[in-house]
This record gives sequence, structure tokens and C-alpha cells, in this order.
Amino acid sequence: MSDTAAQPREDDAEDGDDPTAADADDPVDTDGPAAGSVSTGAESVVAALEAAGAQTAFGVQGGAIMPVYDALYDSSIRHVTMAHEQGASHAADAYGVVAGEPGLCLATSGPGATNLVTGIADADMDSDAMLALTGQVPTEFVGNDAFQETDTVGVTRPITKHNYFANGADSVGDTVGEAFELSRAGRPGPTLVDLPKDVTQAETDETPGPATPPAGTDPDPNADADAVEEAARAIEAAERPVCLFGGGVIKADASDAARTFARTYGIPVTTTMPGIGSFPEDDDLCLSWAGMHGTGYANMAITHTDCLIAVGTRFDDRLTGGIDTFAPEAEVVHVDIDPAEISKNVHADYPLIGDAGRVLDQLTAAVREAPDAEAWRERCAEWKETYPLTYATPDDEPLKPQFVVEAFDEATDDDTIVTTGVGQHQMWASQYWTYSEPRTWVSSHGLGTMGYGVPAAVGARVAADTMGEQDRDVVCFDGDGSFLMTMQELSVAVREDLDITIAVLNNEYIGMVRQWQDAFYEGRHMASDYTWMPEFDKLAEAFGALGLRVDDYDEVAPAVEEGLDYDGPAVIDFHVDPEENVLPMVPSGGANGKFATAEDQL
Amino acid sequence: MSGDSSDSRPATDGGSASDTGAPGADSRPAPSEQPAPEERDHPEGRRNLEGIRIDPVVEAEHESRRAVISALVEDEPGVLARVSGLVSRRQFNIESLTVGPTTVDGHSRITMVVEETDPGIDQIEKQMAKLKPVISVGEVAGDAVTSELVLLKVEADDPAAVHAVSEMYDGRTVDAGPETITVELTGDNASIDNAIGAFERFGIVEIARTGPTALARGNTPTAPGEKPGTAGEPTTHDD
Repeated sequence: MSDTAAQPREDDAEDGDDPTAADADDPVDTDGPAAGSVSTGAESVVAALEAAGAQTAFGVQGGAIMPVYDALYDSSIRHVTMAHEQGASHAADAYGVVAGEPGLCLATSGPGATNLVTGIADADMDSDAMLALTGQVPTEFVGNDAFQETDTVGVTRPITKHNYFANGADSVGDTVGEAFELSRAGRPGPTLVDLPKDVTQAETDETPGPATPPAGTDPDPNADADAVEEAARAIEAAERPVCLFGGGVIKADASDAARTFARTYGIPVTTTMPGIGSFPEDDDLCLSWAGMHGTGYANMAITHTDCLIAVGTRFDDRLTGGIDTFAPEAEVVHVDIDPAEISKNVHADYPLIGDAGRVLDQLTAAVREAPDAEAWRERCAEWKETYPLTYATPDDEPLKPQFVVEAFDEATDDDTIVTTGVGQHQMWASQYWTYSEPRTWVSSHGLGTMGYGVPAAVGARVAADTMGEQDRDVVCFDGDGSFLMTMQELSVAVREDLDITIAVLNNEYIGMVRQWQDAFYEGRHMASDYTWMPEFDKLAEAFGALGLRVDDYDEVAPAVEEGLDYDGPAVIDFHVDPEENVLPMVPSGGANGKFATAEDQL
Repeated sequence: MSGDSSDSRPATDGGSASDTGAPGADSRPAPSEQPAPEERDHPEGRRNLEGIRIDPVVEAEHESRRAVISALVEDEPGVLARVSGLVSRRQFNIESLTVGPTTVDGHSRITMVVEETDPGIDQIEKQMAKLKPVISVGEVAGDAVTSELVLLKVEADDPAAVHAVSEMYDGRTVDAGPETITVELTGDNASIDNAIGAFERFGIVEIARTGPTALARGNTPTAPGEKPGTAGEPTTHDD
């Protein structure tokens, strides 16, 4: 790492080809010599991050975090200055999803820290590994309501895996290293270290030791062997087995193990939304994702299954619908690294606590013969025929958003990374794009954070570039409402010359709310009508990005091509049918098998 | 767009667009042609609110019960906030929470009395175990020794009678003045409740209760993996 440390970074570097990208092929040597000598707490913080393998940070400067930024000046870590701290936390989150490493974000005390909160909560809900470093007022002022003081540890306690208040320059490096490792140990999640300015400014010559997660936080990856055998017997005996692969499969890099297991035993596969990409959606066994706006065939399969093999999922209510009608005849095999998820929402008949990949390998080895599921596979195939995802494109109606998603999918390779905001566009992006690889679907699932898409595209692009994958496309599908929340991060994409294409599916509504108002509030469009949107193509040009506008079908393909070909950030403002609804839909708390395929069924 | 709109469009994977203007472009059933919810098969089975499949013959619901949970924790700033925040945000029903030092430097014991179903108690234990400062947590075995301390201030109109009741419940007078008498009582939940009932006739001015704390009997560890009498011996999350 020391050979790149001589290269100073400046946030407004005119050269978009960041030198770190050229180093991407060099594996980061985390077992190498301990961090070099340090003279302050801040240098110890940075030395710990470098030693832990951190390559990239996203953040915003500010008073109380200045010592840490000063130490970053001479660091090998690439710092990407964001326009807003929320953008920093989302970018770090998405970076972590794509890179498979903890994301790293920084902010100052007070408003800097509170602006990070949405992104930290988002990472917490989606179990994404991320470390947030926040500046804090000097220790002697803590508790005095000092300028830019917020009880950051208190505010973030319920939304972090653990958080720390650094209490000395000698130990701060070890604390930061521990927090970094803890974020990815066992079930991943965000951690935070609050750094009082006196601690980072104080002198110390204590170089941080090798970073390790705290004792007891790195669980046994293997499930109990007897429990595996019992689950294997249940799987063999099943007549209607279904796999449900969740985000944990992707986090555990267990997609290969998941594919092997399902294909070896001919078991149809559904995924959760965070599990999109864990299993190829074009595989005959794949029924795509289940839940509120999942496919009809996935919802039929999880409703009628007699053996649900759920891996790395926490049975969120958007997946289960009403618990009373969720997989009501299924014995549940539940694989999870977090024992607290076992029987939290859905009772596990066969709990298997361990790493998704290791336990899937254990199951693959333990099952002696495939379940007799030929008739069931045929039934699943019939459901695919009966309930396909389709939409109409009548001549007298405006451009359909689903068509735009399909056009992008058609024009891009399988390794393309898709990020989204939250709302209707997110659902169409997940429904009408055929995902086949893990870490290509980057979205805000549990928290449902509108505005996630643009900063996530920044983080995803930087991650791909850092991994030497400059050829991969990054496409952000956004809604007009979501885009308006965080579009200032477009300035970062322009400054850093990031090759991303943002497709705004602009329906001049906060569309999911409008859909619910039509379905459940008698069409009273209170505060959902967004006809006051700016012209996004012109706005994009003002930022220095490519800006395009599309209103008709015949403009779609050329615009998609131009946006993807453009070497830098492009925004395409697709004016789509404002009346289009996301279907199928399981009403909140309803039965998955009773999904509505038309508005009048809601 | 004009004319046959399908001509100007790129082929899409799966060809999902079903164009009503170009019949035959997609022969798959449009959403409106797909079987409606009431036209589909639905399973008979059900789950209860805890996600447990309901036996159609014997419908078993979990009753909530009183449980004493003991946790050995690292005595670091914020540990009580972490535990109480967890209990409150996950809506666990908690009667009391006490905290105090143990024989091991830097370790504290938190004792909680909760009113929950068996799955609820299981969740509390598992969620607490995930908190980094929590070394060990579990329900104290059913015959645990539990005790609570109460300070009770009553009006001093009849000091002799107050003294007599106090003796009856093994109480101790800790403050006596011309207007009030303060009595200290210890005991389990039932005896404390009885004592308070007996003092009511004097007129209770103020009351302060610690909530019960508890230890397991004999050599049974109070928190799982805890080694009684081995001060300084580390216990781990894995025990």
C-alpha cells in the first residue's frame, strides 16, 4: 500500500482516471506489515483503514472531522467528495454491495452525522457492511450542547450493528479497525465510530494492530450436522419444494452454492427482492422474486409449497404478505447466519444457523436423492404460462415505463449494474430486467429510501472502476420524485467523470403513492401530483452531464444507445404514462396467492 | 407514434410488451385475462401471528408468561441504553430491569422481568445476545431465587401499629419522624405485594421499588456459561 501513498488526492482532481483504478489488479495486502508509524489519532484512524484494506471513502468535510481529512491527504485511500452526507452514506453502501467489501463514509459532527442517518438506517435494514466515521466536538464539550454537537452514538444506536465513541488517541486506530471488521463479521451491517476532535488531534505513536472483529461476533459458518441431516430428510420427502434465496445468499457470495443445490435436486427457485441476482432469472427453475410486486408464479409457488427452503432472508412483511397465509402448508427450512432471525416472523421447522454458502454445500452433500417433484415443476411451469409479467402498449396511451426498462436490458450486458430509487420505477426495474448475476441489483429494500438511486450509481461506478471493471455499465432507474431528492450527486458524477446512465421514469407523480390513492383512497391525489418537476434534461446539461428527453417509443432505442455510449454521466428523462400501475400486487397484509393482476381486483 | 407501433421498437428479452394494436405479437395472457384471485386454488392451511402453522385440529396459541432474564454485560458506557432501547423498539413487554456489578471487574448483571410468550422470550434472548457488550444472556431457571427491595413511606399517625406490621413482614424502619415513617422491605413479588396491602391502611405517602433481581439456585449458572465463584474468568458469547 505504501507505494501508492505518495500520491496525494484532491477532490477536484481534473483527471478522472484516478490513479487508484490502475492499481485495481493489485490485491490489497491485509496481512502485510502493520500500518506505518503515526503521530496523531487521525493518522492512526487512517492507518487502521488502510491496514483493513479500505480503498475508497465517500464523505463531506467539516469542522470536527478535519483532522481525519488532513490525514487522508497522504493516504492511498481514494476519497470521493459528495454533495450531501446522505449521498455519501448511500454511495458507500452501494460501493460495498458491488465490491463485496465494507463501504466507508465520513461526515462531520452535528448535521453531517445526522445527514448520514438515512444511509446508515438503509444499510442496517439491508444488512450491508459499512463503516461510518463521524467527527465530534472535543470531549470536554460533549454534553454541553456545543456548536454542531449531536449525540451521534445515541442517535445511531438503534440503526447500527454497534457504534463506538472513541475515547483516546492511543486506542482510536484499533477501534476503527475493529468497527470495520465487525461490519462484515457474521451478519453484515453498519458500524460507526464517533471521533471527538481532541482525540483525532492528540499526539500518539500507537500504530493500530491487525484489525479483528470483537470476540464472539464471528460465528461458526457451519450449521449443526444433525440439524442438516434432519432438514435433508424433509427436503427428500417434499412433493412441492421451493427455494427462497434472500440477500444473505449474495452477501455470503453463495450464488454458486445456491445454483448447485437447486439444480442438483431440481428444486424451483424464488428469490426475495434483495436476493435478485442470486439465481439466474432466465433459468428454467427460476420463478423470479416473490412478494408484494413479485411475479404471480413465484407467489403461487411459495403459497402452495410443502417445503420452503429459505436461505438468508428475514421474512420481511413485503415478502410474506399476511403471515397467516404465508406458505401455510410448508415445512420451513431456514438457513441464516443470525440466530435471532430464526422463527422471528415465520416459524422454522428446520433451523440451520450458519453461512449461506457453507450450509447450502452441507445440504447439497446431505440430501441423498432428489425430491419427487416432477409434477410440481410442471405446475410451476404452468403458472409461468398463466401469469406472465406483461403490459399493454396501446397506441393511444403514452410511453410505458416497462418498455424503457426492457430496452435498457436489451442494450446492455448481463454484468450491468442496476441501481434504483424507491417507488414504481424500482418495481419495474426489478420486474422487467432479467438479472442473472449477484451484485448487479443495487437497491434500497428494507428502508425504502427514495433518492437512493443516484448516489448508489456513484458508489457502484466507483466500485466497478476500483475493481478494474471499467467496461461494465451502470444504469440507474429513478423516479422523478426520487431523482429530485438526491440529484445533486450528479455534480459528483460529472466532477469524477463517472460513466453512469440515469433513466428517469418521469410520470409527474410520486407514482406509488398515486397508485395507492387510486386503489385505497378513492383517487384523492393529495400531495402526490408532481407536475411541478423541472426539465431534467436541461438540468442535467447545467450540471455538465448529457441530458436527453424521450416522449415516444421510437425515441427510446436511440436515446438508450446514446446514453450508454456517452462517456460520462447521462440523464435521460423518459416521460412515461402517468397512469401506469405496478402489477401484480399483493395488498398489504394480504395473501400472496391472491395477488391482483388488475386494478379492479384490489 | 403512428401506424404499427411495434415496428419501431427494439425486440426486448422475453418480449413482454403485449401490444393490443398488433394482435399476435404476444400470445401470452394479458393481466386482465389471467385468472382473478377468487378463480385460483388456495391452500387451506394457516399460520398464527407468530408464524407457526396452525394444527387444524388442535389450535395451539402461546400464552404469555412471566420470565426472569439475566444478562452478564460488559460495564461500558451506554450498555443500559443499548438494552433498554432494544426492549423498547422491539416492543417487548418488560416489568422491571435492574443492574449492578458482579464479582468480575468490568462486568455487570442486568436482570429483567418480562411478560412474553415463549417465542417472545426466545427473541429477547437472541436479540440481546447480538448486542456487543452482552457477554451472556438467558432465562434464569424456573426455581430461581428472586428478591426485590422496597422503600415505603407511610403516615406516622400510629407508630406502634406501623411497627407491628413492619415486624410481621420482616421489614425494617429506616426513618421515623413526626409525620412519616419509612420502612424497608425485601422479598419476592408476592410477599412484597402482601406487605404493601397491609400498609395501605396507614396511608402510603410514597413508594420506591427496585424491581426483582435474581440468581439461579445451587451450582446452576445464572447466565448461560457463567462460572460462579470464578471471579475474573472470562465468559464468551459462544457459551
